Amino acid sequence: MGLRGNASRFAYSAIAVLLALLIGAVLIGASGYSVMEAYSNLLMGAFGGVYSLATTVVMSTPLLFTGLAVAFAFQCGLFNVGAEGQLYVGALTSAVVALALSGLPPALRVIIALAAGAGAGAALGFVPGYLKAKIGAHEVITTIMLNYVAISLTTFLVKNYFRDPGPVDQTVLLPSGSRLPELVPGTRVSLGVVIGILAVALLDHVMRRSVLGYEIQAVGRNPHAAEYGGVNVRARTVQAMMISGAVAGLAGSVEAMGTLYRFIPYFSPGYGFTGIAVAVIAGQSMWAVIPAAVLFGALQSGGQSMQLFAGIPMELMTMVQGLVILFVAAPTLGSMLLGLRRRLPGKGGGRA
Amino acid sequence: MSGFADVVFNVNNLTATIRMATPIALAAMGGAFSERSGVVNIGLEGMMLAGAFCGVLGSHLTGSPWLGVLLAVAGGGLVGAILAVFAIRLKADHVVTGVGINILASGATTWLMQVIWKRKGATDMVAGLGTWSVPGLRDIPVLGTILGVHSPLVYISLILIVLGWVLMFRTPLGLRMRMTGEHPEAADTVGINVHAVQYLCVILSGCLAGLGGAYLSLAQLNWFSKDMSAGRGYMALAACIFGGWNPLGGLGASFLFSFTDAIQMRMQTAQIPLPVEIIQMIPYLLTILILAGAVVRSRPPAALGKHYEAGQVR
Repeated sequence: MGLRGNASRFAYSAIAVLLALLIGAVLIGASGYSVMEAYSNLLMGAFGGVYSLATTVVMSTPLLFTGLAVAFAFQCGLFNVGAEGQLYVGALTSAVVALALSGLPPALRVIIALAAGAGAGAALGFVPGYLKAKIGAHEVITTIMLNYVAISLTTFLVKNYFRDPGPVDQTVLLPSGSRLPELVPGTRVSLGVVIGILAVALLDHVMRRSVLGYEIQAVGRNPHAAEYGGVNVRARTVQAMMISGAVAGLAGSVEAMGTLYRFIPYFSPGYGFTGIAVAVIAGQSMWAVIPAAVLFGALQSGGQSMQLFAGIPMELMTMVQGLVILFVAAPTLGSMLLGLRRRLPGKGGGRA
Repeated sequence: MSGFADVVFNVNNLTATIRMATPIALAAMGGAFSERSGVVNIGLEGMMLAGAFCGVLGSHLTGSPWLGVLLAVAGGGLVGAILAVFAIRLKADHVVTGVGINILASGATTWLMQVIWKRKGATDMVAGLGTWSVPGLRDIPVLGTILGVHSPLVYISLILIVLGWVLMFRTPLGLRMRMTGEHPEAADTVGINVHAVQYLCVILSGCLAGLGGAYLSLAQLNWFSKDMSAGRGYMALAACIFGGWNPLGGLGASFLFSFTDAIQMRMQTAQIPLPVEIIQMIPYLLTILILAGAVVRSRPPAALGKHYEAGQVR
């Protein structure tokens, strides 16, 4: 990958984000807005005070899961663009299970509901994993198609089976014992963020200390060599996709149980897709998902206040995300910008 | 069940199929050119979206929908050029770059829509392309109903797709394109400029997807709405694969996808007792099924997704 070690990768990611924000500034200026006003609101909205920080944490929490999901699949050479759909099935499953179990003690209720959400995500992840392993169908297309299916399916299920008897298509509000507890009273920062960090720790352990993780990485680096070395490539592909789906499903569970307290059709502003940007920035390291998720959470929360107080459309942040993905994906651009310019002759084709 | 049969076996379904297949088939041909030269093109979705937006922008600025179409082709080509620079010159992973481009295009078009029209969901109406009614053809029974009256872009696209097939399989340039994606070292050895061919193919693919986008915004509707490509770029890529990386095959695959889409829409209006959401899932599920069936038989270009440096020796 043209870059040396984690430090230079981190430095380059920072440069990529700054470059993307710089292009954003040019666009803001060219569209007749004030760049100062825009970016001061962005900064204050993300980090200026307890409320802003809490909003950033709340926005980062689902990205922690979706970013982790995509990053984990990357290690197996799989590109899970389906985190969005997996998030929806996870959210609905958890909301429904958490409601149905209202007779159980709260802790048990929450744990079972979370597990159910993860299971639903894993089930949806199984499909592209299986199709890839058995037939070779490209997971990018199958996961994208399943996103549409999952969003339609969850909407259908809510409208027809789990609908709150009010004017809006949504599930009934979860009773307090079925919710994830608040960490900081008065904000929506819930236990979800802790669960997210635990998930990062767990998957980092799996990746670096377990046979499964070792074999998944072997498949990601070179499936033919892995096969030759005795790794069951198909089984690892399906497992990696299911684990990825489970983690993305948890993103939805945590949203439904810790932030919204119900399932609402079309609730996600694209957490699954932003998770791709998070994973691309995080690169090879599971732990790096945390700062990357906070970065994009900050762009979201800051972007909201930029839209609210400076009247600048939030879509600017979508563009910044796209640019960050492009810049980080181009390793040779990184070398050029860092002044390393050590292009390795005759070597191409590495995954960014 | 007679109601159901009426819905499926209806000549108007075929007319609608042709209408809906056009943008997908154009983008699928774009995908075929790009991937035949060795560059994976997940970015078709973003190129289509850029085309749809630029088409409306051009029509809005000049009052002429045809200049809008030109701008759409240019806009799609520009997005294609971005993919080309990152995937070829900067050796970025093709798939990651394509996804980045799609997110960028979604943000950029919505942003520009708000800056220019001050609207959040959709732009104002602009002058659209209208329809052509082909004398002679339209009077033939059945065939006239299916093919006789369409947007001019339908006819132009059908001609372009045939020309694209000729270019790809019956000209020296087409041979070079295919050789580049199949065996870049060999192509390089016989004096083909591998990168130049790839740039040409990827930019051409952007132009074609952009034209498909213009069809969405200037022929089907006369405005642009947020994320209006709605996954058609990805369907086009699936159609490209299912069609064996061949413009005519891609057209056939697009017909199949669009036929289910046509039935889906007719089911919604005919008040078949199935929920809208279930009906809407059909084209996407079918794409997965077809893709799962198609890859068993088809083989991608051998050097697809690989980076090539001139003078590289394995």
